[in-house]
Amino acid sequence: MELTRRGIMAMGAGVAAATLLPALPARAAVEDAIAEFTGGAPVGEGGIALDTPEIAENGNTVPVSVSAPGAVSIMLLAAGNPSPDVATFNFGPLAATQSASTRIRLAGTQDVVAIAKMSDGSFVQARNEVKVTIGGCGG
Amino acid sequence: MADVKPRVRVPSTASAGETIVIKTLINHTMESGQRKDSSGNPIPRQIINRFTAEFNGETVVDVELEPAISTNPYFEFEATVPETGEFKFTWYDDDGSVYETTSEVEVS
Amino acid sequence: MRTTTLKSGAAVIAAGAILASAAWADPFMDDTLIVNGEIEITTVAPAPDHLEGALPELISGWHYRTEETRDMERDDFDNPAMLYVEQAETVWNTVEGDAGESCASCHGGPEAFEGFWAAQPKVNPADGTLWSAEMYINDCRENRMGAEAWGWDSQPMKNMTALIASVSRGMPMNVQIDGDHAPYWERGKEIYYTRYGQMELSCANCHEDNNGNMIRADHLSQGHINGFPTYRLKQANLVSRHNRFRGCIRDTRAEPYAVGSDDFLALELYVASRANGLSIEGPAVRN
Repeated sequence: MELTRRGIMAMGAGVAAATLLPALPARAAVEDAIAEFTGGAPVGEGGIALDTPEIAENGNTVPVSVSAPGAVSIMLLAAGNPSPDVATFNFGPLAATQSASTRIRLAGTQDVVAIAKMSDGSFVQARNEVKVTIGGCGG
Repeated sequence: MADVKPRVRVPSTASAGETIVIKTLINHTMESGQRKDSSGNPIPRQIINRFTAEFNGETVVDVELEPAISTNPYFEFEATVPETGEFKFTWYDDDGSVYETTSEVEVS
Repeated sequence: MRTTTLKSGAAVIAAGAILASAAWADPFMDDTLIVNGEIEITTVAPAPDHLEGALPELISGWHYRTEETRDMERDDFDNPAMLYVEQAETVWNTVEGDAGESCASCHGGPEAFEGFWAAQPKVNPADGTLWSAEMYINDCRENRMGAEAWGWDSQPMKNMTALIASVSRGMPMNVQIDGDHAPYWERGKEIYYTRYGQMELSCANCHEDNNGNMIRADHLSQGHINGFPTYRLKQANLVSRHNRFRGCIRDTRAEPYAVGSDDFLALELYVASRANGLSIEGPAVRN
């Protein structure tokens, strides 16, 4: 397909930032947030389920669910957001299961991380990549 | 904030010790503090920063919210009801407002 | 491999060029929508005669969204639009204006408007011109309640149109296109097939010729308005029909018509008629 001058101008001038956001900040910020939650303790895997869509229809409202049987609390982080903290769920004695669902904002394609603090003081994590598409004629 | 109304979905009856699913939703912009107005000035942050669910005074869940929680915060979680009683749901706004609603459950 | 985004160099959008498609582009047809376990929504329907085969069948925009978004519409609790409907219900019962009446004083409950939304926009016999729901609402407010009119896209107006739409959910879209509606319908059809803007795109270029394909990161639907006013995840708020038209035309890099303008009223009638037969879904959830 021939690239006309009009076509190039239309693309360049009109269309917003290409597709995925440029390199997202702070691997450091998310590691800091994790360290603060765990106090530097080692974080294992397994025993925690993190449910996220593979592709988020819109970064404004992304449904996520997290579950860690026996957890005291679960922290949710978004590794590529301006600030990685999303929420911390603290479960009381009347929580039937240590699980919760919510809707979160993701600034672009990134890893969503869930870290559970178990009742024995240990930590486990799960990490999923969520693709967040932007750009289109969504108006 | 004016006009903030929470809504909750809680079954009205349950058996003792049964696991029930609770859904909560509250209308709130959750202004993150990241946005700018048309003149380029940052719009100050104003979010719900905490949500608690209690049953007969005992904690079910206590959530710390950050600006990354979407507009109109939504939570779904599970609770056990040992006896007849009342759920109390509370949302805390950055500006000091507190929004609350209760729900009774009859346990057979 | 799933390709969901197009790098800016890869696809040229100019003068009706072909839009690239992706592996998951086709609508997700293997799903049905029943709201609250009771309201059956017809999301697939035969195309009305006036389309003359332009669309092989009607498919609601619901089918073009991901599973998580479709799920949000199944239950009034999960559907964030219903928060706004609730706010409108409070307003419905609140006295406002010099006449000291509320909507409820004359109309009773909102269910009195069952079927109203399915026929909008509609010629008002009082003056013989085409009116949209927003205009009927403001007419009541100004001339009968002695209250101030609401802006077309103001929050109270969007909330109220969502409430009015919600009581028609499940009913088939059924706007009139003949008789005194014909001149408006013809004008709307003309606009629908006119190329606008720097990108020279008409509604039809995307929604008729390329529904099911991706336009950059958006999954193009058939462009029906049975789901409006809709809760858009992008705005995290309700969006009106005319506001959506403005967005689309602005995206072709043209100067859009104004909300409430005669051109948009005509376009609203025509676009609504393209969905005659699909259920009213509004307020729906879209991206």
